[in-house]
Amino acid sequence: MAQILSPLPGTFYRSASPDQPPFKADGDDVAVGDVIGLIEVMKSFHEVKSDVAGKNVQFVTDNEEPVMAGAVLADLS
Amino acid sequence: MAVKIISPGLSTTVQDLGRPGYYHLGIPLSGGMDRFALRAANMLVGNDESAAVLEAVFMGPEVEFTTAATVAVTGASLPPKLNGAELATWEAFPVRPGDRLSFGFLKSGARVYIAVSGGIDVPVTLGSRSTYTLGALGGHEGRALKAGDELPLGEGTGGKGTGGKGSLPEALRRQPGNPAELRMLPGLYWHRITAEAGKQFFADTWKVAPEADRIGYRFKGGTPLDFVPREQPFGAGSNPSNIVDACYPYGSIQVPGGTEPIVLHRDAVSGGGYMMLGCVISADMDLIGQLQPHSPARFTEVSMDQALAARHDRKAALARLRAHLGR
Repeated sequence: MAQILSPLPGTFYRSASPDQPPFKADGDDVAVGDVIGLIEVMKSFHEVKSDVAGKNVQFVTDNEEPVMAGAVLADLS
Repeated sequence: MAVKIISPGLSTTVQDLGRPGYYHLGIPLSGGMDRFALRAANMLVGNDESAAVLEAVFMGPEVEFTTAATVAVTGASLPPKLNGAELATWEAFPVRPGDRLSFGFLKSGARVYIAVSGGIDVPVTLGSRSTYTLGALGGHEGRALKAGDELPLGEGTGGKGTGGKGSLPEALRRQPGNPAELRMLPGLYWHRITAEAGKQFFADTWKVAPEADRIGYRFKGGTPLDFVPREQPFGAGSNPSNIVDACYPYGSIQVPGGTEPIVLHRDAVSGGGYMMLGCVISADMDLIGQLQPHSPARFTEVSMDQALAARHDRKAALARLRAHLGR
């Protein structure tokens, strides 16, 4: 099972803005390079791109949750 | 004789010990946020302690060396990898032309200092090689590094480094505690808050806000301050946290709106209209540079005598580091 890890500490967001749908819904497929969320730190937002491919993404970090670098954001099967 | 930037990380800049002497003109100190770690990195590779290095925050860059050199990474626990093989921090290692340095995930701390023998030889601007990005001054073209940048190295082939002693012992390093303890000296405007608010400020555990950066570190999660009522003087804004504009010292703690304290750091503005509770003492400013977002911190009151004793302790720690490395 592959995991998508946070490259940065900060605040995790699953969509580009509160009125937008999430980049990925639970159950979606993920390809290498897909944006799966944003990390906010130092007054800017950074896209989290998956460096693994997989099916049935399951997020383990909630929207707007604080994360540390290396934290698991989502599992892939 | 260069370092090529393959990928820049989140925000990687050239920094040395800073640019003192121009703050009265609005040009901040700049320089490394954790200058103890910066000095250690330089000592490990045989540089002068004030040589320019790379400062990377939260996420390391990937760089390629075009020359043989000695390299050391200090500060945060951000594992360096040479051609993919993991190495220790706080330890000198040799690199050959074509070698690539990259980094794993951040484990603790916030900023690493990457020293290369010879030093990063960007032009000296107002007495320093440090980057002040807001003012587009110093460093490499006055900005954070980008992929494709090539940074020249100065003369020097690398010194004794750790001399086969392995990495520097933990006792010679410094990391913030959990919570971090930031000692502060109350200042001229302390009388503006109530005695109760002052007690609560020291009792609360604060958390680093995600927007904290080289300009200032914002803290949140504590109790809003109660101000002593007064008629705002001519020239001050209407909020009770406003004052008639004043100079902002390095390390000063302002609390806009009385809610979230901000400790000004190396790239700070030099003046403005917020009251300051006091200053974080110089001995503890390096610790702030190693705080991640959401990490807990507390402020502790000290006297001027205690602040000077703490500064003396830091000088002694630096002397122990020099002695360990035979400098």
